[in-house]
Amino acid sequence: MAQKDSAPQGHGEHGGAPAVAHAAAHDADAHAHPTWKQYKWVALILLLITIVEVWVYYIPSFVASKLFVPALLIMSAVKFAIVVLFYMHLKYDARLFRALFTGPLIIAVVTLISLMFLFGHLAVRIGS
Amino acid sequence: MSASPALDHVHAGAHGHHYTTTGLDNRKIAIWAFIGSECMLFTSLISTYLIYKGRSVVGPFPHEACAPPACATALKPILNIPITSASTFVLLMSSLAMVLALAAVENRNLPKLTTGDRILGSSKLWLWVTCILGATFLGFQSFEFTSFVHEGLSIRTNLFGSSFFTLTGFHGAHVTAGVIWLGTLLAIDYKRGLGPADAINVDIAALYWHFVDVVWIAIFTLIYLIR
Amino acid sequence: MATVAASPTYAGSHSGEATGLWSWLTTVDHKRIGVLYLYTSLFFFLFGGLEAVVIRAQLAGPNKHLVSAEMYNQLFTMHGTTMVFLAIMPLSAAFFNFLIPLQIGARDVAFPRLNAFSYWVYAFGGLFITLPIFFAVAPDGGWFGYAPLTTRQFSQGLNIDFWVLGLQILGISSLAAAFNFITTIINLRAPGMNLMRMPMFTWMSFVVQFLIVLAFPVITIALVFLQFDRFFGTNFYNIGAGGDPLLWQHLFWIFGHPEVYILILPAFGLVSEVLPTNSKKPLFGYPVMVYSGILIGFLGFGVWAHHMFSVGMGPIADTVFGLTTLLIAIPTGVKIFNWIFTMWGGSIRFTAAMKFAIGLVALFTIGGISGVSHASPPADLQQTDTYYIVAHFHYVLFGGSIMGIFAGIYHYFPKMFGRMMSERLGTWHFWLNFIAMNLTFFPMHFSGLLGMPRRIYTYDAGQGWDTFNLISSIGAFMLVFSTAIFVWNFFRSKSNGPIAPDNPWDAATLEWSIPSPPPEYNFAEIPLVESRYPLWDLTHPERTSEIPHTHGGWSEHEKEADAKPVHLETERRTAKELGIPMPLPTIKPLIVAASIIIMFSGLLFIHRDDKTMAFTLIGVGASMLVGFLYAWLLSPLEEAH
Repeated sequence: MAQKDSAPQGHGEHGGAPAVAHAAAHDADAHAHPTWKQYKWVALILLLITIVEVWVYYIPSFVASKLFVPALLIMSAVKFAIVVLFYMHLKYDARLFRALFTGPLIIAVVTLISLMFLFGHLAVRIGS
Repeated sequence: MSASPALDHVHAGAHGHHYTTTGLDNRKIAIWAFIGSECMLFTSLISTYLIYKGRSVVGPFPHEACAPPACATALKPILNIPITSASTFVLLMSSLAMVLALAAVENRNLPKLTTGDRILGSSKLWLWVTCILGATFLGFQSFEFTSFVHEGLSIRTNLFGSSFFTLTGFHGAHVTAGVIWLGTLLAIDYKRGLGPADAINVDIAALYWHFVDVVWIAIFTLIYLIR
Repeated sequence: MATVAASPTYAGSHSGEATGLWSWLTTVDHKRIGVLYLYTSLFFFLFGGLEAVVIRAQLAGPNKHLVSAEMYNQLFTMHGTTMVFLAIMPLSAAFFNFLIPLQIGARDVAFPRLNAFSYWVYAFGGLFITLPIFFAVAPDGGWFGYAPLTTRQFSQGLNIDFWVLGLQILGISSLAAAFNFITTIINLRAPGMNLMRMPMFTWMSFVVQFLIVLAFPVITIALVFLQFDRFFGTNFYNIGAGGDPLLWQHLFWIFGHPEVYILILPAFGLVSEVLPTNSKKPLFGYPVMVYSGILIGFLGFGVWAHHMFSVGMGPIADTVFGLTTLLIAIPTGVKIFNWIFTMWGGSIRFTAAMKFAIGLVALFTIGGISGVSHASPPADLQQTDTYYIVAHFHYVLFGGSIMGIFAGIYHYFPKMFGRMMSERLGTWHFWLNFIAMNLTFFPMHFSGLLGMPRRIYTYDAGQGWDTFNLISSIGAFMLVFSTAIFVWNFFRSKSNGPIAPDNPWDAATLEWSIPSPPPEYNFAEIPLVESRYPLWDLTHPERTSEIPHTHGGWSEHEKEADAKPVHLETERRTAKELGIPMPLPTIKPLIVAASIIIMFSGLLFIHRDDKTMAFTLIGVGASMLVGFLYAWLLSPLEEAH
């Protein structure tokens, strides 16, 4: 089917669209809903990203570089997003649920970042 | 859009007093609100771990080796990435099993033509797999906790021990509650079967389970991988 | 109009409703649960007030020794803890419970048994944290319990254990209720009641539930850390192990600041009901009132470190939090103006409720002004930890929250109990209260700026504080007297007051379209809502001509609701007659609540090294919890239909 399009992009959001259209057309409920094939792909991507994460953990030069932390954060953010969007089907459900989740998530992330600044784990250089 | 919208409309039409403003199930709204509160709960725990990172006065330490006098004897870094990677895989796969369990419950009444269909469509199978994978994850956690204690890191040893065991302990407690919840659903499945009318109950258990998985994704990266 | 002769209390002689103690223990009816909250919280309000009276007696003059320093610590700690967690929050909860379903045209909340559970957890938790004072082991670390003072090293006894565990218990109650009301407000609104047609009280309560969902988990963790330190020897607040003394403060205030908005927004909502009704005008700027409430809630998460300006966070942090604190004054100030503009040009009716509502507008403004002065870190360095701060928060909490709650009580008493309170006594209550409150708290601005610190049990003469303290104490004794008038009015009116009509205030919203008190099923027919002021559409259409209306045009979904256009329901029937399935009463929520308290009590014994008792209690509690929770979840909510 069109599942190939949805596969190895790391960002389920855009890849899911053609699959959704097909799913909707074929689904008796006429309801957009992830299919078994999509679930399988999500699982594979999760596996793959985790392997990459652990792999880079063992590359000392990468760990020492400035890219290490951002790379890990991005990779885990992608995993987080695809589980939430597809397994928790937030992408396909009523927008209300998206609001109920992203509100607290934003407050949580901002709080965490603020605390990192307040306790000196993050710093911004001001001035020259 | 709920898991079984056709049923919601039948309900409302027939009785009138089960009307809801959104057409969604109350329990689903409540579980998402609950998940919102859990975001803040785990953020507080994770923030504290990160605040105290690098500030323990004595070892053992997560990623650094430890020599006397910070430790009684010389110690390696205490976090075991290979083992934890394995347990992370286990938990991620349990989420796959969970979505399959929910799909099986929703599609119970659809015809199953091939063996593959029957396997995919067995809610009991997938609920078992989820529970077993969840329990396996807990097994890994217990192994990790006991080996840390043997190596000299308890919840009282230092800031790392206190914040690590409290954070992962809370997460493990959530997994445990999830396994019990899923086990209950499994028991009901054996007793009278789970069909589309029960999809909402399996759905909210699934949302809880996936969220617990998602928290672990954050913990694995922030605590284990980032040095 | 009334077809019944008996007194319209919950005696239920007319409606077949159950009476007696068991009916109250097993109730899942939001109206009864609201009444339970009201009685219990009024009791704790009086108790907390008595604690304050002893404090003021002690401070009436220099170097008094009515109470020891240790007992004084327990008194101010319990006064604060009681007023915040056992009085104001549950008084708001009384209104959430009683009013929200009625205002949105629903028959009950989304989860009636969870609702009952919330109440019983609060009631038992309140006892758990209050009884210790009778044994002189009440919490004594301040209502904000700063660690490391509250760690085992510096507070050996049971006092702080009761505080930590008690607050955990109360947090469970609030969180469960929050999930309930969020679901209720989202999902049980009558057809046609979109969000911008909801009454303001429901809107402000909606914002508050989100604040609870986001803030309470943070204090839960802060308390867990303190609990683990005290009971299990962890190091979260252990300075010797590298712990940071500011961790507690940050976590506590990330909760604590949203908490004060939790305390004030419901009162704002009540005022926004009372003012338009008694001005015979719609609320001025309804959308702005909604958005400012949401903005206050949101910004409330960004100001917390203004409680910490003196700890040395550095100029960047101080500046950022100073700015956000100034910013939050804007949406708050907007509300004050909108209330004034609501009254402007209206036909004012000075009921007791109206007096209290106007009182809030005036007194909260004073508290807000001192609040703005704290927003400046340099200014706050002088003010912090002095009575100037005490003045500020009493103006916003007493002059604000309590006044708003009294307004709500006077306004909604007829609906709740079917009788009218005495307006005459209400007026006496108001004026005495207003004068006494100002007498008590206004001098504190001065003694504070003259350097009088907080939480001192005596002070030497000749520092310029004596007269101010004496005036404050006189004001406090006056408050006793004025509150006594209120209590007398409340109970006498309940049994002897004139029977109340369905809509004594000629108000506009749905709760006034049904009998006083409402029948168990609330609405015989779910209303179709066409505007923000459904009853004024029927009785005073000229008032609402400029408010958006729908006329017909219902969606397919809304048509399924089997609802009828808004109408007055004056007949009192039973749910059975009408074929409306009601949730079944059950004792299970009470028992599950009790089991939680038993488990927490078991923890107390760990500290006392009585492990047998500890594990027994925890074991018994856990078994009760699991057993009755399963029974609860597996039994149906309503009779089969």
